[in-house]
Amino acid sequence: MSNAQPLLDVSGLTKHFPIKGGFPIKRTVGAVQAVDGLDFQVAEGEALGLVGESGCGKSTTGRLITRLLEPTGGKISYRGQDITHAGRRDLAPIRSEIQMIFQDPYASLNPRQTVGKIISGPMEINDINPAGGREARVRELLEIVGLNPEHYNRFPHEFSGGQRQRIGVARALALEPKLIVADEPVSALDVSIQAQVVNLLQKVQRELGIAFVFIAHDLAIVRHFSQRVAVMYLGKIVEIADREDLYDNPRHPYTRALLSAVPEATVDQEPRERIRLTGDVPSPINPPSGCRFRTRCWKATEKCATEAPPLVQVEGNKPGHLTACHYPETADAVPAPRLSKDPEAAA
Amino acid sequence: MTDEATAKLTASDGSKGSEGRSPGRLAWKRFKRDKTGVISAYVVIFFFVIAIAAPLIAKLYGKDPYTTYASANPNLLNVFSYPAGPNGGMSSDFWFGIEPQLGRDVFTFLLYAIRTSLGIALAATLLTVFLGVVIGVTAGYLGGKTDYLVGRVIDILLSFPSTLFFIAFMPVIYGLFIAPDEDIPTWLRATGLIIVLATFGWASIARLLRGQVLGLREREFVEAAKVTGASPRRIVFKELLPNLWTPIIIQGTLMLPAFVTAEAGLAFLGVGMIDPTPDWGVMIQRGAMFYTEDITFMLFPGLSMVIFVLAFNLLGDSVRDALDPKSKR
Ligand SMILES: Nc1ncnc2c1ncn2[C@@H]1O[C@H](COP(=O)(O)OP(=O)(O)OP(=O)(O)O)[C@@H](O)[C@H]1O
Ligand code: SF4
Ligand SMILES: [Mg+2]
Repeated sequence: MSNAQPLLDVSGLTKHFPIKGGFPIKRTVGAVQAVDGLDFQVAEGEALGLVGESGCGKSTTGRLITRLLEPTGGKISYRGQDITHAGRRDLAPIRSEIQMIFQDPYASLNPRQTVGKIISGPMEINDINPAGGREARVRELLEIVGLNPEHYNRFPHEFSGGQRQRIGVARALALEPKLIVADEPVSALDVSIQAQVVNLLQKVQRELGIAFVFIAHDLAIVRHFSQRVAVMYLGKIVEIADREDLYDNPRHPYTRALLSAVPEATVDQEPRERIRLTGDVPSPINPPSGCRFRTRCWKATEKCATEAPPLVQVEGNKPGHLTACHYPETADAVPAPRLSKDPEAAA
Repeated sequence: MTDEATAKLTASDGSKGSEGRSPGRLAWKRFKRDKTGVISAYVVIFFFVIAIAAPLIAKLYGKDPYTTYASANPNLLNVFSYPAGPNGGMSSDFWFGIEPQLGRDVFTFLLYAIRTSLGIALAATLLTVFLGVVIGVTAGYLGGKTDYLVGRVIDILLSFPSTLFFIAFMPVIYGLFIAPDEDIPTWLRATGLIIVLATFGWASIARLLRGQVLGLREREFVEAAKVTGASPRRIVFKELLPNLWTPIIIQGTLMLPAFVTAEAGLAFLGVGMIDPTPDWGVMIQRGAMFYTEDITFMLFPGLSMVIFVLAFNLLGDSVRDALDPKSKR
């Protein structure tokens, strides 16, 4: 990693949703600890994958970064500027630089607006007048995302899920952002279409040099896309590393478990032990003490219940590879799932 | 099917025009196929044209609703003050006959009655919908304390027996503006009616829209607008409102015929418009006094009102089916 100032710097980021209850007067009776102390950076042009099971706080993290949600604690800096609690007006100059792509292509486009209106809306709001006019720019964006520019006056209901997601991408690109948070952008799509949309995002990321926070619930999708990958569990990052380190040398049991669920096709033929995670993710209202993964971890001990493992560079990790586990996995102790070295990974 | 294949499909079937098939246009197409709806629409339009053109028609016809034609020509009424001619005195001079006792012209009286009643009902509907939309959308969008407060007010209003309160409150409203011994001017009666109908009417629309906004507010397209820096104003007017036209129009079409009957009911009970102002309710009230002897006079206002309310309700159903095909029973 370079020493240059990161584009996005998140430290100790926390979001607790209050639970209201009681009668007759409502009061706060507890909190959903959706995100609990995240630290990570995103460099300019870098793609960070954020992976974890359902309910572990990925979307909440994305919404905190884009400031759709107000953080409970911690700090978010964008290019060194603190935006943790910035209001709508303070955010205005930065708004155009941080954009978002949403999970559900059916809910993320206003059914009453034409594609042209949807994509030019952000320019209208930020009073951006590209040379040649907004309409020309919209047509250009439609072309970039692989849609027919003539569909300018169409309505969202006339498109398929994949096409809608492309419209969402075009909208995010309209403001020429520096950072895009993509919240499971393909998980709602047909498997046959997922790759096409991921390729589009990859093209956009590389050609336009846009940094990405790419949220996904499995490690397979993130694999070709991200330079760095963070694994989340119950509101905490349990492991973060450069892609190769994470896939070749996973140190956290949870990462190992997720990796073993990656389809065989992406892994070479060597036999590998399949780790089945048993049970559900515990409730974030009352997370387990110590290590939050301990209720499902096959190596948990007394220490795991009392002491929360810090996210550090454990012995044997390369620089920048951080793991939060008291008893990190080692490559030789248990045969780790070997992953193929595909040529693209090196590129 | 792959994405590209779908892309080609959509491209080919829509090549006739690059203009998109907007949800509104699709609804219009659906509506045009609905015979009941189209016929009802013509009936409703007919009534509104009559209401608007009442003075013109009266002028061409050469009579007005206030003159007591029997005073100039006593032969029109018999000794019991009922129309002398058969069928309520219908003739080439008095198309719909003559009013018992006072001898006014029924045709022009009915024209102006429709004009007054529809005018009041329409104004009340517009005001009600406006209040309901503003209050409902605000409560839904702001949420929190505002929403709680508005919710309780709505609960209270909806639990009121409104007809009873109309009867009780109308004199109070008039009393606010005018000394008890003075005559209440017609404009004040009309305004009072509109205000009272709207005051008790907005709650149901507001509740419905509040719920809709609560649902829409969480939709990702609203978040998408927020991410690009949209102001709350823009979100309400450009993102939310266009998605609310369907329930707003449906509620409006339910409300108008309800207000027509409510207005007539109040006139009948003597707390709405009163004689000599031509009004549907006033006519029915007078008709009820004479119907044993002269059913014709009762027939015209009664039938026309039933036809209008029925047509409008059918139109409302068709509009709903066209705008919201999923809700079809
Ligand atoms: N507005 C909210 N109020 C209360 N709790 C919430 C809210 N939003 C999210 N949560 C809770 O926070 C936790 C994390 O949710 P989040 O949506 O961030 O998970 P996720 O990792 O994106 O999951 P998924 O893969 O299902 O999208 C969940 O337990 C969820 O119920
Ligand atoms: S700290 Fe303990 S419980 Fe947590 S992952 Fe490591 S071994 Fe398992
Ligand atoms: Mg999510």
